[in-house]
Amino acid sequence: MRFCAYCEGVKLTESEETIIGTSVPRKEGRDKVTGAARYVDDIRLPGMLYGATVRSKIARGKIKRISFSPEIDWNEYVIATAKDVPGKNCIALILDDQPCLVDGVINHPEEPVVLIAHPDKHALAKAVEGVVIESDPLPAIYSMEGSEKQSEIIWGTDNIFKSFLIEKGDVDRVWAEADFIVEGEYFTGAQEHLYIENNGMIAVFDSVAGVTVWGSLQCPFYVHKALMALCGLPEEKIRVVQLETGGAFGGKEEYPSMIAGHASILAMKSGRPVKIVYDRLEDMVATTKRHPSRTRHRTALRKDGKILGGEIDFTIDGGAYATLSSVVLSRGTIHAGGPYLWPSVRIRSKAVATNTPPHGAFRGFGAPQSLFAMERHMDRIAKIVGLSPVEIRRRNFLQPGQTTTTEQVIREPINLSDLLDKSLAHASYKAKKENFARENKTSSIKKGMGIAAFLHGAGFTGSGERYLDSVVGMEGTADGSVRILVSSTEFGQGTNTVLCQIAAEALGIPYESVTIAQADTTIVPNSGPTVASRTAMIVGNLVRSAAIGLKQTLQLDGTLKKTFKPAEFGAACRKYVAEKGLLRSLARYNSPEGVYWDDVTYKGEAYAAYAWAVYVAEVSVDLTTYAAKVENFVALQEIGKVLHPVLAEGQIIGGIAQAIGLALYEKVLWQNGRMLNGQMTNYIMPASCDLPPIRVVFEEIGNPHGAYGAKGIGELPMDGPAPAILNAIVDALGVPFDSIPLLPEDILEAITRRVQSRQQITSPQESPC
Amino acid sequence: MRANPTEYELVAPGTLQEALALHASEPGSWLPIAGGTDLMVLYAAGRLQSRKLISIAALRELRNIEVASAEVRVGAGCTYTDLRQHPVITKEFPLLARAAAWTGGIANQNRGTLGGNIANASPAGDSLPVLLAYDADLILVSASGERRIPYRTFHTGYKKTLLAPDELIHSICMPRNLSGYKCYARKVGARNAQAISKVFLAAMVRISNATIKDIRLAAGSVGPVPIRLAGTERALAGQPINDSLLELAGKVMAEEIQPIDDIRSTAGYRTVVLRNLLGEFLQSLPGARFAS
Amino acid sequence: MLNPRLPDGTRLEISLTVNGAARTIHAYPMTRLLDVLREELNLTGTKEGCGEGECGSCSILMDGFLVNSCLIPALQANGTSIVTIEGLANDNRLHPLQKAFLECGAAQCGICTPGMILAALHLLDKIPQPSLDEIREGLSGNLCRCTGYFQIFEAVAKLSRNGVAD
Ligand SMILES: Cc1cc2nc3c(=O)[nH]c(=O)nc-3n(C[C@H](O)[C@H](O)[C@H](O)COP(=O)(O)OP(=O)(O)OC[C@H]3O[C@@H](n4cnc5c(N)ncnc54)[C@H](O)[C@@H]3O)c2cc1C
Ligand code: FES
Ligand code: FES
Repeated sequence: MRFCAYCEGVKLTESEETIIGTSVPRKEGRDKVTGAARYVDDIRLPGMLYGATVRSKIARGKIKRISFSPEIDWNEYVIATAKDVPGKNCIALILDDQPCLVDGVINHPEEPVVLIAHPDKHALAKAVEGVVIESDPLPAIYSMEGSEKQSEIIWGTDNIFKSFLIEKGDVDRVWAEADFIVEGEYFTGAQEHLYIENNGMIAVFDSVAGVTVWGSLQCPFYVHKALMALCGLPEEKIRVVQLETGGAFGGKEEYPSMIAGHASILAMKSGRPVKIVYDRLEDMVATTKRHPSRTRHRTALRKDGKILGGEIDFTIDGGAYATLSSVVLSRGTIHAGGPYLWPSVRIRSKAVATNTPPHGAFRGFGAPQSLFAMERHMDRIAKIVGLSPVEIRRRNFLQPGQTTTTEQVIREPINLSDLLDKSLAHASYKAKKENFARENKTSSIKKGMGIAAFLHGAGFTGSGERYLDSVVGMEGTADGSVRILVSSTEFGQGTNTVLCQIAAEALGIPYESVTIAQADTTIVPNSGPTVASRTAMIVGNLVRSAAIGLKQTLQLDGTLKKTFKPAEFGAACRKYVAEKGLLRSLARYNSPEGVYWDDVTYKGEAYAAYAWAVYVAEVSVDLTTYAAKVENFVALQEIGKVLHPVLAEGQIIGGIAQAIGLALYEKVLWQNGRMLNGQMTNYIMPASCDLPPIRVVFEEIGNPHGAYGAKGIGELPMDGPAPAILNAIVDALGVPFDSIPLLPEDILEAITRRVQSRQQITSPQESPC
Repeated sequence: MRANPTEYELVAPGTLQEALALHASEPGSWLPIAGGTDLMVLYAAGRLQSRKLISIAALRELRNIEVASAEVRVGAGCTYTDLRQHPVITKEFPLLARAAAWTGGIANQNRGTLGGNIANASPAGDSLPVLLAYDADLILVSASGERRIPYRTFHTGYKKTLLAPDELIHSICMPRNLSGYKCYARKVGARNAQAISKVFLAAMVRISNATIKDIRLAAGSVGPVPIRLAGTERALAGQPINDSLLELAGKVMAEEIQPIDDIRSTAGYRTVVLRNLLGEFLQSLPGARFAS
Repeated sequence: MLNPRLPDGTRLEISLTVNGAARTIHAYPMTRLLDVLREELNLTGTKEGCGEGECGSCSILMDGFLVNSCLIPALQANGTSIVTIEGLANDNRLHPLQKAFLECGAAQCGICTPGMILAALHLLDKIPQPSLDEIREGLSGNLCRCTGYFQIFEAVAKLSRNGVAD
């Protein structure tokens, strides 16, 4: 029985000659399988207090009074409000609009207002209930449409956090030439990250050393920046240390700054260590989720199915504060055109404010939303033009030498048609489609096939990497091993392992001789945040440079020969450190030559590299229960170079599982800006019985900008499954579905509506799907 | 964890008699806890009102499965795992074994008890429609004695039951000799395992000469309590198996259920799917040819 | 301030065997077994993911049965024998199932891993050569958000293939 193509690849013995491309054991894997790995909730410090958060409960209003129930002996508690914020009361990120503790105006129902701490964690829940916040409610906005109407201005002057406009060619001229004009409107819902480890932080304050926090987080220097402002302390008096992190998926990118801030405020006020760990309900309702979106497409086509041009309008719901919405919007906007050639296009996008908790980073970062729309729209176009979903894509695929919507020239020899053919072959697409067309006539289980073709840009958008100015360090140690210093964090994806592989390969030493330092801001340089599928590709490349630097230092010094055996390298390290002390090299990001990006017109090289993919979903819908089930899945992608097959496959399968959740299971139910189903029993993620066999296939064409040819991989698998699955459901049922998540209740409703409208109209008109 | 353990008492009497005596000493103030798979969830959420609990998990007296000639008596303290492993249950009461296999994951089945499922009285309890279809009786015990009631009468309203404040469910009796019946059960939840039911149908039928002699239909999650679909049963009894059966049954059924919109599904969905499940069942009967 | 009364009178003596060693602790009877393990016995390998029986990251073996320790009052564990993830490796030598998890990439972030390994162990104990469907069922109470499960299935199957299951 084999379920995975690469599983037997991990070698627990001595590494081989080349380390890149082999599956070495995960660096921290042993601790994870023995239970020795320490996560934030596993740590207790002497004298530690436990903190909890009292939240606003109403979506919008002005606080009148905060009162404390006389039934509780408040002398036992440390209490903090906005008045106790030592520095600036905001979570510093891009715009500093989000308060750390609400002072006056409430903008969503889960805003922190009061913090309490107590030595007994069981004494917290009741006390949280004992704090009563009285406020005058203000009219609130709960939808993107409500926000656009501007009947209430809840943020800035127009409820808009950010907007972008991409223009290529003259789209206004194409409508007259078009043989077909196809319109569509597509929606995606909020999605909860549901990492199995809830958010948590421990803070300690010392008047000399300042504030130290340990916690579950992705980006140590984001937290560092936020705490400097919040605590009013200089750089060197803030220390942030990442502990083992039990899943993140973007959900621990920005919110940890909030929790770290709260723990720090309580620690500064009490003088004792303070731990705040959310329970599942609080984590689900109060922290960020994937941005809900709406995309409108209007596309002009020639008879032969070639796209002439189009307008795309992409809107996301940012929630109550700006947080990362502008960046999520940017990526979603750039990906909105998919892997197709648009001779002309106008993409308008905006992130709008609503009175819900801010939506945030989530694997894919806006791209899954706009790509869902693009790939559903391609199938709608195919139907109207009269081509197959395969052919319509083939005729419009981007080719080398052509340009993307931002007018970035495709320089790599990518052949999307070839990827398409291969993935269809793996999926037995043609044969299955024919069988299903025949069998569906008589079966109450309807089957269908769907495809999605897409791309995902790796690294920060546009000038992002230049601004980040990442630095990586590497040390040779007294015991002859090498230690990597990065702020890039491990939270399951394999950062530790892959970076150590790269260093070992570059130095020509065994993988076992390389370690990676804990991400502690007092030890590691800022290699940037661990987001945007940038770590293997960009940080990996810097690790390689640092490794080469280290080697050169030893060689120039004469301690190491030009060619050497691994053992000689270790000896050289030991000798150097013993004689001269610190052996360290640093590498700093250099943007590739000739890369052009204009932040104002949104033109140029949006990303240093793209990963490309074609996914095929085989789906069945049981007309007894209206449940759609993915029966088989093929995921074929070109990701430059596979650095570690087992980890890469794990990223793809894990991402697809989350995307199946996004498509068919995971629905956030909202009521007045609050999530109603904040429990694992009513927010349904896929479990072990819900996933189809997933065939993962890698193609490698390399990438001159990435470490050993690598491109980003972590987010890619989030983009394609939802549209492929919906396309398959539409294929099975002949009813159009343009909204995710698509639950059995929604399928029933659409089928019922269709039956009713059929009964009303005597000559039924095919509605395009 | 939103509860404070210091505020709760829990005792574990060694025998059923001691447990009942304690129960009788302050009727209504002690709450039994068996596997805790319902109660501990409430407790952790800070919503467990009772501050005094009696653990009955270790009481051997409640954990027997007695096979008598006319019926099988299942102790209320039997876990789902016990049910799945018992040869007579799997052979003669396959719907109960199947419902047990559908109740949460393995860890839940190792702890959760049949008595707990009944006393918890959720309309979504998966064993409940099955016990209704099997025409089970309950034996309730208190310090002052035992009484036997038809399970069908046990649920009197949403989370309301006939259980007296000093009583425990002792066992569940299911009549045997079901050999002439064809049976069916299907659970529809939000995912394939570890999901609470949106709709549940248990059904049994005895047929002769292509005519329905006896039919029992019981549904979960379509009203405040799990119910026998008595009206639908009456409408179908004595009918020959043919095309119009489902139409006939579907109408009556829609009248006798009271599904609601809630966090897990909608009233409309529950109505249609329950009808489809019935259709699936009827269609599986020998001689059925109709389209659903 | 900050020195509340901890009513100690109601704590009970609870004896249990944990990973083969007899242990006695004092706990409130309604303290969750999960908290006893993590806080009284410092066995932090058992994790809390939901506190409501849904995720399985707190799974342990109690008298040989897989159970979720977040749903068990300490008193109900009195006199039982418990196995946690810490009890699997023998003198630094990984249990074959731990080794298989490592080799197959079955642990990504690792937070579900201890519970998942115990669920897998329980499964292999009951069904030494499980089919894919049996593996799926055996692990259906253990949620993993990272892996998409297949590399975990592979690890379990590997053990059954190698015949180390019993
Ligand atoms: C993750 C998870 C998944 C679940 N999935 C399902 C599912 O799919 N289907 C389903 O039906 N249920 C499900 N449940 C609910 C639960 O497991 C069942 O209802 C179980 O049968 C409860 O039994 P227990 O012994 O654990 O009850 P407890 O929690 O111990 O008690 C429940 C109630 O019954 C009372 N009680 C228990 N025994 C007796 C007795 N002998 N006499 C009188 N009163 C008694 C208690 O006082 C309490 O009110 C799930 C629970 C969890 C945590
Ligand atoms: S923590 Fe116990 S099941 Fe989730
Ligand atoms: S490995 Fe992260 S949840 Fe399973």
